[in-house]
Amino acid sequence: MKSRIQTRFNQLHKQGGKALVTFITAGDPDLATTAALLPRMAEAGADIIELGIPFSDPMADGPTIQRASERALASGVTLEAVLAMVSSIRDQVSAPIVLMGYSNPIYSYGWQRFAQDAVKAGVDGLLLVDLPPEEAGELLPASKAAGLEVIFLLTPTSDETRIKQVSRHGSGFLYYVTVTGVTGARQSVSNSLADELENVRNSIKLPVVAGFGISTPEQAAQVAAAADGVVVGSAIVKLFEQYQGEQLQSEVTGMIRSLKDALSS
Amino acid sequence: MKQPDKHGHFGIHGGRYVPETLMPALKELEEAYAHYRNDKEFKQEFQYYLREYVGRPSPLYFAEKLTRQLGGAKIYLKREDLNHTGAHKVNNTIGQGLLAKRMKKGRVIAETGAGQHGVATATIAALFGMQCEVFMGAEDIRRQALNVFRMKLLGATVNPVTAGTATLKDAMNEALRDWVTNIHNTFYVIGTVAGPHPYPMMVRDFQSVIGTEAKKQHKKVEGRLPDALVACVGGGSNAMGLFYPFLKDTGVRLIGVEAAGHGIASGAHAAPLCAGRPGILHGQRSYLLQDAHGQVANAHSISAGLDYPGVGPEHAWLKDTGRAEYVSITDDEALEAFQRLTREEGIMPALESSHAIAHTLKLAPTMPKDQTIVVCLSGRGDKDIHTVADALGVKF
Repeated sequence: MKSRIQTRFNQLHKQGGKALVTFITAGDPDLATTAALLPRMAEAGADIIELGIPFSDPMADGPTIQRASERALASGVTLEAVLAMVSSIRDQVSAPIVLMGYSNPIYSYGWQRFAQDAVKAGVDGLLLVDLPPEEAGELLPASKAAGLEVIFLLTPTSDETRIKQVSRHGSGFLYYVTVTGVTGARQSVSNSLADELENVRNSIKLPVVAGFGISTPEQAAQVAAAADGVVVGSAIVKLFEQYQGEQLQSEVTGMIRSLKDALSS
Repeated sequence: MKQPDKHGHFGIHGGRYVPETLMPALKELEEAYAHYRNDKEFKQEFQYYLREYVGRPSPLYFAEKLTRQLGGAKIYLKREDLNHTGAHKVNNTIGQGLLAKRMKKGRVIAETGAGQHGVATATIAALFGMQCEVFMGAEDIRRQALNVFRMKLLGATVNPVTAGTATLKDAMNEALRDWVTNIHNTFYVIGTVAGPHPYPMMVRDFQSVIGTEAKKQHKKVEGRLPDALVACVGGGSNAMGLFYPFLKDTGVRLIGVEAAGHGIASGAHAAPLCAGRPGILHGQRSYLLQDAHGQVANAHSISAGLDYPGVGPEHAWLKDTGRAEYVSITDDEALEAFQRLTREEGIMPALESSHAIAHTLKLAPTMPKDQTIVVCLSGRGDKDIHTVADALGVKF
């Protein structure tokens, strides 16, 4: 059976479209908000939803996602609660759901128990920013057995050896980090990005999506031209600092719609 | 078996749990270190600075009066407090500074809690002519104003970190974020035997001069090995430096002393080996203070240098294998030991080292008079005068 992630990329590929991957932090500012948002994000054009698991020490994130993590933790969000929430809305959301975060909450939960419970809840993939393939020896067999895809990252500093390694162990898609830096909006897209993406896409079978620092529809379209999709995170998460309730929902879906339009045109 | 393995694992601990961007930089560092650790010129230059600049070897002082009062084992103090900059931290920053120089990195960054490692890094940056930025929690900046000023005098930029709990662990997050961003020209000088491989191994090697000297010095006066070694453990660099050359001498007890803060039962402590469980933080797997959901818990200790929720992976492994024992000492016990060593021997220990002294006060009377204990006096107490005065209710 094809996974939801594979199916989604196959569909997009047939239509000549690019994947819009959108990130929000689970439980920001509370889990009810997240549960209400997910179906609407998918309807508005999110092809894949990345759901951040809040962590006390988000060392790869810039200030915007750090604050989102703090808000979520302040509301008492736990991994158990995130899985229960995903399970409760799973049949209302057509898009694949990928959990993204840091190793310790998952390690604390137990690699195997997590892989099983996540798949049961309807989670499609897992991306841990501080778990390179070298350290994934316990997670990979557990996730394979459970049917959970494990997504790895590559960056402008990754050489051929690392690209091969990720190609061997990764599934779902490949997340290409467009900058050497933390998450957050940037003024412009690097000039060498198209070449870097081409190099990675030539040596890897998985779909390649690019993220970090992409905040506007123009940037999204520019990057998507060289990739199978783009990830937008901090720009969406910023809206959670400015809006609440129904207005937050419509701002988020509005931004997703304009990003999707830019990718389709 | 030789530890760590080639991927930096000490048993299940250690490793390299970092964002992908850092992997090539760690590889580059690992290769450079593997080369220079056996390079004659590098070793000579390291020895030169330890001798002429730091003032090594540091004495192994027989605390005769304290020994007599306690009526048990003979107590020897390894005097790292007499090093230039006042603590053992400089042994490591000299080593990493020389490595940074050879790797042509013109900018060094560091995290610091109490400010000792920040000062030691700013010192070698001044010495070797490098640009230096130190990340320090806003809360620690307030508590350690003197060290902040010292770093600035040395030419370093001190960046306040307000995220999270605004203490050492958050400073380390911020240093890692800076490193990810400025990977091409920056060398991250980690101050303890923690973080991703090769740091725990490399810092241990640079600090092992403590144990190598102590072994030789003890042999000279006592004609044999000591019976026990005692050192405080925050991240664990002075303890690892003392213990490492004795790991194979199984007759020597290795005792690490963690900070029990207000007491282990209170929950306000910094004792992951005594009261934590394995977790993943700052690039390594090791014992960690965390809640039931894997969120990192706040540490507490009167000593800013021990106020950290994690611990170096080699200590975790030494605990798992039973080669070393780990105990804990409360804020109050450390304060009492601080005053006692000051009054009895005229030596004012850092609050970190006071934890090791406090445990020695308990241990020595239980041992026969013909046995010996070597205690690592990792730093001097001048920096802690304000904290001690506060705790004793003294106003200036």
